[in-house]
Amino acid sequence: MQTWSLILGMAAITFAIRYSLFAWPNLSFPPVVRQGLHYVPTAVLTAIVVPGMLMPDGQNLQLTLDNAYLLAGLGAILIAALTRHLLATILGGLVLFFLLRWALGQLPI
Amino acid sequence: MSRTTEFIHGARDIVPMIVGAIPFGIIFGTLAAGAGLSAWQTLGMSLLVFAGSSQFIAITLLSGGAGAAVVLLTTFVVNLRHALYSATLQPFVRHLPTRWRMPLAFWLTDEAFAVVQHRYAEKDDSPHKHWYFFGAALAMYLNWQLCTLVGVLFGQAVPNLATWGLDFAMLATFIGIVVPMLRNKPQVAAALVAGAVALACQGLPYKLGLMAAALCGIAVGVVLERRYRLDLIQEDISCKPGA
Repeated sequence: MQTWSLILGMAAITFAIRYSLFAWPNLSFPPVVRQGLHYVPTAVLTAIVVPGMLMPDGQNLQLTLDNAYLLAGLGAILIAALTRHLLATILGGLVLFFLLRWALGQLPI
Repeated sequence: MSRTTEFIHGARDIVPMIVGAIPFGIIFGTLAAGAGLSAWQTLGMSLLVFAGSSQFIAITLLSGGAGAAVVLLTTFVVNLRHALYSATLQPFVRHLPTRWRMPLAFWLTDEAFAVVQHRYAEKDDSPHKHWYFFGAALAMYLNWQLCTLVGVLFGQAVPNLATWGLDFAMLATFIGIVVPMLRNKPQVAAALVAGAVALACQGLPYKLGLMAAALCGIAVGVVLERRYRLDLIQEDISCKPGA
């Protein structure tokens, strides 16, 4: 029961945030805000990606050559810059990632 | 374009994002049991919350013995970025009735946002772009439910699935979205600053570093864009003959 309350709480919070500005159709933003919104995807997603690559365990900086998240991430950035193709980036990045993990003996097989 | 065409194009264009989300959904379905969630609760969370990274963080926190308040607060901070998405798309959905705006908001994930924003940025004045949004969002939603179910049913059959690093799929997806956007100096600077602040603030509680990084990146982007434009205007003036 407690878990269900938690799930409903998470659902309510998430929906409230996502609906926050859709709920006010008459609101229009000043130019500086509209300008800022152009940088939303770049800033938000980079803020998720960079720690994911450099701190895969969430705590310690891992600037080492056995960090597959970092190496495959750099590979994915290269693929994305060269091809500008999303699916190629995802699949290429994943193949590179698992090859590296396998070569580094980091897969549980 | 007709409503059906828009709907189908939306569902089609989000396919790459779906590929990136599949491993993530499966690993969520697999690991939720370890956090004390029943199969129904795991599916319920995917059906009702529908926010991959916060679902993942929630079960990580629960596995570590965190209380409900911490989970809810972290959910709030991690999902706060969706308010920025909501603000970005609001000018395009404001004309729609509530029965459209509410479900579209419920389905507003990182992936749907990235795909839909592209469609709205296209110059054609199709009156049915919300059907594109609907198609993309619904495809993403159905896939997320299916992947959670696969994880719940079959995840335990693969030994140590948690240690495979399937979460890398999300990073690859986000890299694929961001890199093509880095077309000018302000965008590159916004990315560099956001990444650096995110690293520096990784230790902050409730994942507050994410929002701090996002806001710093956005601020730097705006400042540089203004300065850049000013330079352009001045260049324009000095280049004019006779000026």
